[in-house]
Amino acid sequence: MPKILRSPLPLVLLALVIIGGVAPIWLDAYYLGIFTVAYYFGVFAMSWDLLFGFAGEVNFGPTFLIGLGAYGAGLLNNAGWPLPLCIVGGAVIAVIGGVALAVPALRLRGPYFGLVTLVAVLLLLDFIVIFAAQTGGEIGMMVPDVLSVSTAVNYWYAFGFLVIAGAILFGLSRSALGLILQATGQDRVEAQALGFNVTKHKVAAFAISALFSGVAGAMLTFYQGTASVDQMVDLSIAVQIIIAVVFGGRRTILGGVLGSIFLVLFDELLRPIGQLNTFVVSGVALLVILFWPDGVLGYVLRPREER
Amino acid sequence: MSDTPPPLLEVTGLTKRFGGLVAAKDIGFTIRGGEILGLIGPNGSGKSTVMRTIMGIERPNAGSIRLEGTNVAGWPTHRIARAGIGIVFQHSRPLNRQTVLENIKLALLPDSLLRLAVQPHVEEQARAIAEQVGLGAVLDRRPPTLPFADLRRLEMAKALARDPKVVLIDEPFAGLTQGETAIFSELIDQFRREGRAVLLVDHNVKSVARLVDRILAMYLGERVAEGSAEEVMRDATVRRVYLGGEIEIHARPELDAVPGEPLLDIRDVDVLYGKAQALQKVSLHVRAGEFVSVVGLNGAGKTTLFNAISGLVPYGGEIRWQGAALAGRSAASIARNGIVQCPETRELFGDLSVQENLDLGGQRLAHDQQARQREWLLELFPILRERAGQRARTLSGGEQQMLAIARALMMQPKLLILDEPTLGLAPVILEQLSNALTQLRETTDITVLLGEQNVTFALPHADRIYLLEHARIVWEGNAGRFAAEMGSGYL
Repeated sequence: MPKILRSPLPLVLLALVIIGGVAPIWLDAYYLGIFTVAYYFGVFAMSWDLLFGFAGEVNFGPTFLIGLGAYGAGLLNNAGWPLPLCIVGGAVIAVIGGVALAVPALRLRGPYFGLVTLVAVLLLLDFIVIFAAQTGGEIGMMVPDVLSVSTAVNYWYAFGFLVIAGAILFGLSRSALGLILQATGQDRVEAQALGFNVTKHKVAAFAISALFSGVAGAMLTFYQGTASVDQMVDLSIAVQIIIAVVFGGRRTILGGVLGSIFLVLFDELLRPIGQLNTFVVSGVALLVILFWPDGVLGYVLRPREER
Repeated sequence: MSDTPPPLLEVTGLTKRFGGLVAAKDIGFTIRGGEILGLIGPNGSGKSTVMRTIMGIERPNAGSIRLEGTNVAGWPTHRIARAGIGIVFQHSRPLNRQTVLENIKLALLPDSLLRLAVQPHVEEQARAIAEQVGLGAVLDRRPPTLPFADLRRLEMAKALARDPKVVLIDEPFAGLTQGETAIFSELIDQFRREGRAVLLVDHNVKSVARLVDRILAMYLGERVAEGSAEEVMRDATVRRVYLGGEIEIHARPELDAVPGEPLLDIRDVDVLYGKAQALQKVSLHVRAGEFVSVVGLNGAGKTTLFNAISGLVPYGGEIRWQGAALAGRSAASIARNGIVQCPETRELFGDLSVQENLDLGGQRLAHDQQARQREWLLELFPILRERAGQRARTLSGGEQQMLAIARALMMQPKLLILDEPTLGLAPVILEQLSNALTQLRETTDITVLLGEQNVTFALPHADRIYLLEHARIVWEGNAGRFAAEMGSGYL
């Protein structure tokens, strides 16, 4: 019997999917709204973990990919495209932009790759502000269509997408590709000596990451009715995605979802204490990162012999 | 002759330059299936460059590398690997979160983005390979829990998984015990029986002599000899490279004859790097005023020994200095107590001037004392006076070495540890350095512990010699006896 079936993980996941799926029955609309945002955030985090946790590349610009998806879809929608096509279009733009960035950037070693991705975000921000007539600039870009007016339906869209993205990304991480990516992330020369075209696999990982980030960015835009710099492109969002992954557990894919829910939910719940909320949430995340560098899920899943 | 098979690997005119340095110059050899070639040479001879160039990790500047007739020179590494060349690295970095079995499976995967499921035959194949290299009992363990020898086996297994026609092995026996060495020899011999072509890269002839069919010796990027192990060991050039030419000896045996506890006394010191044994029950002593040399090839454990004395690595056993144990003292406190190490890597402050580097060494001295010490050192190394205002980074290799020694002497050490001062230096510089050491010996009462692989340089300055080999002291005695007894054994 394969090992995975003997562990409780699939049962736990199944239970979580059922609980999450029926949440609109027992959870009030306020929380459904919070979770909807957290789920999109979760997809951002999982996509980022595929690059960082597996391919070992620190992409400081996850919001570059998200922003391309969000603004790409928004511009198409304003041009009169129907909503589903806009999401597809946003995803295509994100993948093209991501690959166009990754191919030259992956030639660089060490921190330079991260710096290039950081600059890409700044360029996108500049671009959005310069073409404010089309993009709405810092105020954000309204879109004519929305996914749904029902809170529950919006929740299900987000949850369904989270489950599908999670299943695919988790599956990829456990597949041959995940193994090869880990090997290239750990020792590039040795992976090549074993016959793997390292660049090819890393570009593929970047494209997959861009695809899910782009779709999530586009869907979030049509959930909120606007594409906004503050919520999708700003560097502070990139930092939060990174914190979500490290908090939840890098190299686990699913940990990013855990981290995202924690960040979004507690940021919201602690709102009554005013500006302090971000401070408290970041403080807790910092403590977890300092004392469990493998993150919450990373610690839970670690083999007992190494604990 | 027509029934001899064509060579699997044929290297001709291989040249690799790094900037102005020619790391490998016009190297050529062939290896047939079922044949083992040893590529040997001291540190910096270019043997690793040759191996890395064959694997495509470095791009050659000239020459061809033919694998069964196809020139693969300049191909990317992964294509060369797919074409049938495998490599066993000296340092392994397995996937620590995956089991041994999964690590082997990785090597069996196709280079494809589309075949995501691991095919069923891969599992069986991985198990078979694990059995073959002796990992059958630890299939489900994770690499961090394995002993060093098993990690080396895992590297072998990964190379084997690709079913390479040509196998390159970097320092096959480094860090292994004698028993493990025998097992690995058997594994490598099996590669031969399977008809693969094997290239063994190592520092010396001795460790690979029993295994290889032929040996190619390199020195400073060039081929110096080729033939059977015996022929290469007898070769005049090889002997000069390893043993140097004529050796002058000025031993002062009377210094070790004084009674009482020696200045530095090392007893049964063990050092482990992870799972590799870097020093094994090493004992040696140095008396006041003596010049003692620890000779040994690169990787024998010299630097580790010096780092243990300086308090930079944890060790088992005892190191006593002026009658008191050093264990538990910080590296800084040991240095203040008079043991100053001048490391192999020199560790100069590259952006500071020669003068500033010297002044940093003399920080703890009173002002006039500092000036006097500096004046004396500039007498000893006159070239440094000319270079006083120049940044250390811009000095030549030899000048940097002199500055490193001078800076160490600014600290007025009771014991000066010199680690490989001759590394990468041209002969004319060696002579200047040698003269400076002679002057130190004759005009001061300083005690020196010198680590060298260049015996010609070490012997004239040594009162006594210790020979370090594979983490153990295998010989000790005075310099005269060393030249007579150890000549061929050292190779």
